[in-house]
Amino acid sequence: MSKYTEEELKKELETKEYEYGFYTNLESETFPVGLNEDIVRAISKKKNEPEWMTEWRLEAFRVWKEMTEPNWANVTYEKPDFQAISYYSAPKQADANKTLDDVDPELLAMYKKLGISIEEQKRMNNIAMDIVVDSISVATTFKETLNEKGIIFCSISEAIKEHPELVKKYIGTVVPRTDNFYAALNSAVFSDGSFCYIPKGVRCPMELSTYFRINQAGTGQFERTLLIADEGSYVSYLEGCTAPSRDENQLHAAVVELIAMNDAEIKYSTVQNWFPGDKEGKGGVFNFVTKRGLAEKNAKISWTQVETGSAVTWKYPSCILKGDNSVGEFYSIAVTNNFQQADTGTKMIHLGKNTKSTIISKGISAGKSQNSYRGLVQIGARAENARNFSQCDSLLMGNECGAHTFPYIESKNSSAKLEHEATTSKIGEDQIFYCNQRGIPTETAIALIVNGFSREVLDKLPMEFAVEAKKLLEISLEGSVG
Amino acid sequence: MLTIKNLHASVEDKEILKGINLEVKAGEVHAIMGPNGAGKSTLSSVIAGNENFEVTEGEIILEGEDLADLAPEERAHKGIFMSFQYPVEIPGVSVTNFIKTAINESRKAKGLEDMPANEMLKLIKEKSELLEIDRKFLSRSLNEGFSGGEKKRNEIFQMAMLDPKVAILDETDSGLDIDALRIVANGVNKLKNENNAVIVITHYQRLLDYIVPDFVHVLHDGKIVKTGGKELALELEEKGYDWVK
Repeated sequence: MSKYTEEELKKELETKEYEYGFYTNLESETFPVGLNEDIVRAISKKKNEPEWMTEWRLEAFRVWKEMTEPNWANVTYEKPDFQAISYYSAPKQADANKTLDDVDPELLAMYKKLGISIEEQKRMNNIAMDIVVDSISVATTFKETLNEKGIIFCSISEAIKEHPELVKKYIGTVVPRTDNFYAALNSAVFSDGSFCYIPKGVRCPMELSTYFRINQAGTGQFERTLLIADEGSYVSYLEGCTAPSRDENQLHAAVVELIAMNDAEIKYSTVQNWFPGDKEGKGGVFNFVTKRGLAEKNAKISWTQVETGSAVTWKYPSCILKGDNSVGEFYSIAVTNNFQQADTGTKMIHLGKNTKSTIISKGISAGKSQNSYRGLVQIGARAENARNFSQCDSLLMGNECGAHTFPYIESKNSSAKLEHEATTSKIGEDQIFYCNQRGIPTETAIALIVNGFSREVLDKLPMEFAVEAKKLLEISLEGSVG
Repeated sequence: MLTIKNLHASVEDKEILKGINLEVKAGEVHAIMGPNGAGKSTLSSVIAGNENFEVTEGEIILEGEDLADLAPEERAHKGIFMSFQYPVEIPGVSVTNFIKTAINESRKAKGLEDMPANEMLKLIKEKSELLEIDRKFLSRSLNEGFSGGEKKRNEIFQMAMLDPKVAILDETDSGLDIDALRIVANGVNKLKNENNAVIVITHYQRLLDYIVPDFVHVLHDGKIVKTGGKELALELEEKGYDWVK
């Protein structure tokens, strides 16, 4: 595919097909394409990382070189050429010591377009934001308030320098470098991401939030997030993604690790809206994500996700319920339209006694898309009295899309109680006509029906996020019923 | 208010309505009766603009405006309301949320802002009290798990909220016991006034004991074969539909 010029790109983006598909002209510094040990070293050096981190990356790279891409997901796509990707890019003006006033006005304007003006967020929503544009943090807010409580919330690069003992101790403990192809790749080349540590007994006073964006043509993004909730602490973390439009596939392979120690609780919410490709299925982001949390005794981990974007999604936020009485939850809405493909779900690994998990998955398919739920509930031999409830609902729009459910259950303990419910429904002409008759146009009717279908999950999102999520559901299904 | 002239309509090339003429004035209640298959429900669907039916000839005129080119939601914005024989379920969408959306879409079509929340709440309170609707009912998912009576009462509640010019009640009495029927009919009676009109479509006379029509029309094989006053309904009840064939 021939490279786009900036002018062509801008023109294309004016077509408004993808509502958040605008392009911000930030001066960037980009590495040459390709991946080898020198590139890995260069990334590490660029970020002034200590030797142990460089070695850690190199080890991951060596593992990755021997691995092959997984093929088992219910998705088909042209495999990316990993030697044709640039593995590092940073907005040039970035400086961690800047205040908001120093931030590139163009960047601020970009967030305004997304409806997430930082000023507003700060004042109205009580949200501290660690914003990742491309690969490096450019604005960090609310740090002081968090500092007072001993909460560390910063970019992972900063954490590697400032809190090496924590990073060294926990990175790769929940998602090992050898875990899978994309996790290994991420471990070798991760550009930036967020780090969070909540001290013992501290309840984080605000929702922590980070917005990721891909903003450099041809650049993959490899975020790394590490979140540690020490004993008896609580944190709610929000992650939202919107990406500018692109006519070439972009690779996104993130790793998120959560550690909930005894009696701790982590709520992790995601709204994902990477560019899904155009109506013909051209372009779009490949989203291959490994997210996993480890719950110690009496701990609770709750994943909530709203997935509307990406051309191909491969993502299974999981919980390892290691401690007795630990709880894992997974609430998901996955929307696919046009030619999007999603293979997403969760793994609940019950190891401790009296562990409990809940899975609520809502898949919405439109256009010619394919939407798969894939879930594993595994009960270990020592997991006495483990409980799981799973509910997988699919909503179909039109006759050309597909919904699939692949639930796996493995139980090695006869005291386990597992329930699985699944439904498939279709938005009916009669429902649309009924809404029309009450004065509700078809597009609004679909949004209403879809929101109703997704309500159990939307209700789990923090308020301000739920509003954005609803908006995204509507945008992603526009024009899907003709 | 509503004028129907020589209306022909078909579904899948089968002609169902074969030249209907009807004149409904403000303040009037019209009953359309007829045996199964006469075209009663087709008539209400066609007035509401259901695109599964093709109008092959004739006109439907609301306050001087031909509705032919208007989508169902546009007809609703102009003041056409139809109470469904089988109201559909929309899981996860509350009665309140649904009616709020409907009202605000109508306002949007008229170039108005969304109704302020306090005004909306006041209106909901007023109308639900008028129709003796329990508040808990309003937060339930639309029609999901509703009894027959609750579904129909919900239709009348929406009618009250939307304040239409012409309300078509399609077989509102079907599936209702006598108590539910009385409640629904009382609701309609409270809502009708000098500025609106009601068209009651029914197979049986019993609803007309409660909603008393000014005119009764008998529909048979896609045509109105007889028109009279309220006594016509009683006569039909007694003699059966064979009498008018």
